[in-house]
Amino acid sequence: MMPESGPVEGSFHLMGGDFTNAGSASSELKAKLVKFGVAQNIVRRAAIAAFEAEMNVIIHAVAGTLHYLITTEALTITVTDMGPGIKDIKLAMQEGYSTAPDWVREMGWGAGMGLPNISKHSDAFKLDTVVGEGTTLEMFFYIKERNADG
Amino acid sequence: MHLSKIIELVNGNVVINGGVEAVEITSVCSADLLSNVLRYGKKGALLVTCLNQPQVIRSAEISDIPAVLLALGGIPEKDMLALARDKNIVLITTCLPMYTTCGILYTAGLRSCVDDCEE
Amino acid sequence: MLTVSAIAEKLGLRVAVQGDLSEIVSGCYISDLLSDVMAHSNDHELWITLQTHPNIVAVAVIKGISALILTNGRNPEPATVKKAEAEKVTIMISPHSTFELAGLLYPMIKDSLPPQAGPS
Repeated sequence: MMPESGPVEGSFHLMGGDFTNAGSASSELKAKLVKFGVAQNIVRRAAIAAFEAEMNVIIHAVAGTLHYLITTEALTITVTDMGPGIKDIKLAMQEGYSTAPDWVREMGWGAGMGLPNISKHSDAFKLDTVVGEGTTLEMFFYIKERNADG
Repeated sequence: MHLSKIIELVNGNVVINGGVEAVEITSVCSADLLSNVLRYGKKGALLVTCLNQPQVIRSAEISDIPAVLLALGGIPEKDMLALARDKNIVLITTCLPMYTTCGILYTAGLRSCVDDCEE
Repeated sequence: MLTVSAIAEKLGLRVAVQGDLSEIVSGCYISDLLSDVMAHSNDHELWITLQTHPNIVAVAVIKGISALILTNGRNPEPATVKKAEAEKVTIMISPHSTFELAGLLYPMIKDSLPPQAGPS
């Protein structure tokens, strides 16, 4: 389930507006998780949540980082950005609510599903935001015994 | 349903062959908004879309979707082709619009990858 | 010919905003990209989308869309409802996914159209 050498961590830089490379950090993270032997169910959910978080930085922020930490307990993905922050978290958690401009929608993003998707696919998450400064999002995926139907 | 049968049904053109012979499609995800692909997409699904850009391939890769069908005669852009090739995702095009494509595939017995909808 | 109200009844769709339910339906367009709808849809078509923001109403009016159907049980934003009411654009809600709704509509709309002359 985890490399025998102990906890593993790493990070990726994210550039705001860099749609050309958008998703590449999440894709690389997914490949690393598979290589480290993380359970398939966790890999898929983590990759989806990471992708949404990465896109939020690229769409809304100036720049950010995506950091991952794998321990025997959990995979933690932390995405931190310098950006506008989130004015109303409750609204942002509503499916369909988006502050993305129209041109972003025409690229296939801005559906207002980012945070709802992150909530759905992670086991837990923590959001800290300061309007005018930025946002830190921590997503947790618990590595534990699953039942036969998992 | 085997992917080759789907290609036949929609008169599709295989642009990137990421191993068509081996792909068995279990359901269909029809979406242009990528968050909806991430939200509703299932492993083994076929993604039907009109969105012609590399993020479609990214979303398919992240969601374990093995094949993308670009409807309405879209000609995949260069970066999309390169990424599909790199990630071994089958990329097919059809001249049919999304509605007709979905109608034909549903009539042929394929079903949506969305389990149920929360209202 | 099929009307918006007939489709609503046959598929059990909830009418969120009632425009002219007697509008004829001669086809269907599926897209979440407004520029795509502007370029390729035709008048008297249904437009199926997951987009819920007010711009969908403006596009529906310009393109002569018979009715909007939001899938996956999505509700239009309050501003969208207000705009649709002002413009008398019908918005219906379907519990089905886009793919499923297309599949259900396909034979319905096809059967309602006059047979085409010559090979299809």
